[in-house]
Amino acid sequence: MSTLVEIRDLAVTFGSGRSTVQAVRNVSFEVAAGESFGLVGESGSGKSTVLRAICGLAPITSGAIHVNGNSLKTPRDPAFYRKVQMVFQDPYGSIHPRHTIDRVLSEPLAIHGFKDTEARIERALEEVGLSKGFRFRFPHQLSGGQRQRVAIARALILEPQILLLDEPTSALDASIQAEVLNLLDALRVEKGLTYVLVSHDLAVVSHMCERLMVMQHGARVEELTRRALQNRAATQVYTRQLLVASEGFKSQ
Amino acid sequence: MSALSTRDWLLSDRPASRRQARLGQAYRTWSHLRANKLAMVGLGIVVVLILMAIFANIIAPYDPIRGGDLRTERLLPPSWAHLMGTDDQARDIFSRIVHGSRLTLMVVALVAVIATPIGLAVGTTAGYFGGWVDTVLMRITDIFLAFPRLILALAFVAALGPGIENAIIAIAITSWPPYARLARAETLTIRDADYIAAIRLQGAGSTRIIWGHVVPLCLSSVIVRVTLDMAGIILTAAGLGFLGLGAQPPQPEWGAMIAAGRRFMIDFWWVATMPGIAIFVVSLGFNLLGDGLRDVLDPKGET
Amino acid sequence: MSDMLQIEGMNVAFPSRNGPVRVVRDVSFTLGRERLGIVGESGSGKSQTGRAILGLTPASGTVTADRLSFDGIDLRHASARTWRTLRGPRMSMIMQDPKYSLNPVMTIGRQIVEAYRRRGDATRADARDRAVAMLEAVQIRDPERVFNAYPHELSGGMGQRAMIAMMLIAEPDLLIADEVTSALDVTVQLDVLRILDDLVRDRGMGLIFISHDLRLVSSFCDRVLVMYAGRVVEEIAARDLHKAQHPYTQGLLNCLPQIDGPNVPLQTLTRDPAWLA
Repeated sequence: MSTLVEIRDLAVTFGSGRSTVQAVRNVSFEVAAGESFGLVGESGSGKSTVLRAICGLAPITSGAIHVNGNSLKTPRDPAFYRKVQMVFQDPYGSIHPRHTIDRVLSEPLAIHGFKDTEARIERALEEVGLSKGFRFRFPHQLSGGQRQRVAIARALILEPQILLLDEPTSALDASIQAEVLNLLDALRVEKGLTYVLVSHDLAVVSHMCERLMVMQHGARVEELTRRALQNRAATQVYTRQLLVASEGFKSQ
Repeated sequence: MSALSTRDWLLSDRPASRRQARLGQAYRTWSHLRANKLAMVGLGIVVVLILMAIFANIIAPYDPIRGGDLRTERLLPPSWAHLMGTDDQARDIFSRIVHGSRLTLMVVALVAVIATPIGLAVGTTAGYFGGWVDTVLMRITDIFLAFPRLILALAFVAALGPGIENAIIAIAITSWPPYARLARAETLTIRDADYIAAIRLQGAGSTRIIWGHVVPLCLSSVIVRVTLDMAGIILTAAGLGFLGLGAQPPQPEWGAMIAAGRRFMIDFWWVATMPGIAIFVVSLGFNLLGDGLRDVLDPKGET
Repeated sequence: MSDMLQIEGMNVAFPSRNGPVRVVRDVSFTLGRERLGIVGESGSGKSQTGRAILGLTPASGTVTADRLSFDGIDLRHASARTWRTLRGPRMSMIMQDPKYSLNPVMTIGRQIVEAYRRRGDATRADARDRAVAMLEAVQIRDPERVFNAYPHELSGGMGQRAMIAMMLIAEPDLLIADEVTSALDVTVQLDVLRILDDLVRDRGMGLIFISHDLRLVSSFCDRVLVMYAGRVVEEIAARDLHKAQHPYTQGLLNCLPQIDGPNVPLQTLTRDPAWLA
């Protein structure tokens, strides 16, 4: 399989002088086309910053990111956004509160000069399991899970190859999480998408991704396959800690 | 369609068209505003002012500029013939106030139309880009803010020459800085939101983001602020008129009317008092309306 | 075992445009010196249940109950004065986000000292020593620094622990923990749970642990109440959770992804309108 995303020695630094924060330190990984790759870590591990660096929301201080073999330009060109899209964590904060769903979905089409807006919006809603009745609603008339479906529809409407998922279900109830994860899984198979999924939840990553990388304090801890994770074949102490913690509370 | 079903159509949770969604949103805001009695009083006053300006020719019983018989009709007290009395030129004060509402409304409308977009544009641009753009734009804003509004307006009018048009320009130029500050502050809280990041990832340019995504969210608080400022704008216009730098005689501008009536204040109180009451009522109306709008539109009040 | 908290037929309602909305419907349970978990999804009324027990229902809401008593005291008609003697010294609540529950312009130390002095006539020096000791007890490594810090200077986990120290220094008999660990990293989560666990064992405190995380609650609590749309749909011993009868509880358990789970779509929950009846 061909490598679609390649990250070499990526470092991201915020601020300058004494208040410098090294959010990501020398992280490298590759994601093949059609693969689903997970980034796992706790808060401050830099996992979301890696995603943001890929799509241009965070600066690349050093290192390189290649998508399809091409190194990225800053600022990214329109063609990049048609190839790479992102779904954010908080469905309450990622949709403009004064725009109808119709406007949310039609705007990317207008930006990129698509003609068949009507058909595409209807198809996009259908793909994420929302009926036509949702099209002219405002976000406050939708539940969290429905909003996240809209966010997924918005990301997919430009028909990207790569979807960056930043904790797409951590703000949702467990039963809604299951629905959204199933939807994402089905869409990946159907459209041959490549996912880079960020989560703090090992179970979610294990369910969604074939390979994953554990991060801590901005650096890589280790890279595992799903099989290795399920066999508890982690070599690093931190990964084992995470595995133990994910099993819940054990009284001593 | 019966009244009830119209209401249901508007309040529907599943609007079927762009128009229904927009009307429904407007209706919800309106019914919220309607619940606020003082705001409705304010709105009533503003509507009366607008109607008065539109139908001034029908409402006013006399000519506002050409007075009556100077020998017999000067400085008459309020009576059925002259509801608010007459002034020293034998002009009917009620007719002048009715026609003066046109000037007042023109001042208010033009200042709102000129100052609000300037303030919004400067503020959102500064807030969205940050860095040196922010520094330059905000220092300019600070310079304007550093002068008291009436003094700065006075200086502009003195430079441009007296007259109602120049007064409007002067007031507009001096009233945008607070809107710019407000819009900038709002923008700073909005610009790092995920929905702005999301539209950037769709490849939108800065202009589209600022006008399509940032401005609509700043707009409501700026509208509230502008409405609350209307009273101040009317008073500034009246103040300029009073000082002889605004509307020129014989235009029936309320501030200028007070200035003219000042000489007879002791003996003929109505000449200065009637336009004074008009200014007071209209200012109060805008203030009440602005206060009500703040409760309805201010995003911070929403849950 | 004498039950310190007894609740029968509690309802919480809020007015809305379409008449009152009952967010808690006919909830009954008792609590002894144990760990009781309340689990439910957003909007299930679990937080409002906790708030109603402490009399912290927002002013627009109304609480009614056939019985609502704490240690023999009827809470339904408790005066402001009774509440003052109860809240803090005897019953306490830890909220989800420490940022909103701690006073931002007061140092952590001062807030803890005040909480301690409110319950008795301890001297300032005594209270200070107790506060530092308490911060140590909640596993804060540098208690002196945290004592003098302001809330914004602490990380989420640290703030949460400081908050717990503040609530616990008065040694309440009943503690309500509302989603205390949801915002924390998994490894920190376990530390906080361990602190709560020790307190229940060592001091015989009663704990109501409110959370959306069924798996965490079942591993931590003795007994679990599952709430759906304002009702308790199932009450079950935590160790018997896998034998849960109600389809909602089963659905909640089965919809969670698992590390070892098969690579097939997750089960989703089909909500049955009959559950509301």
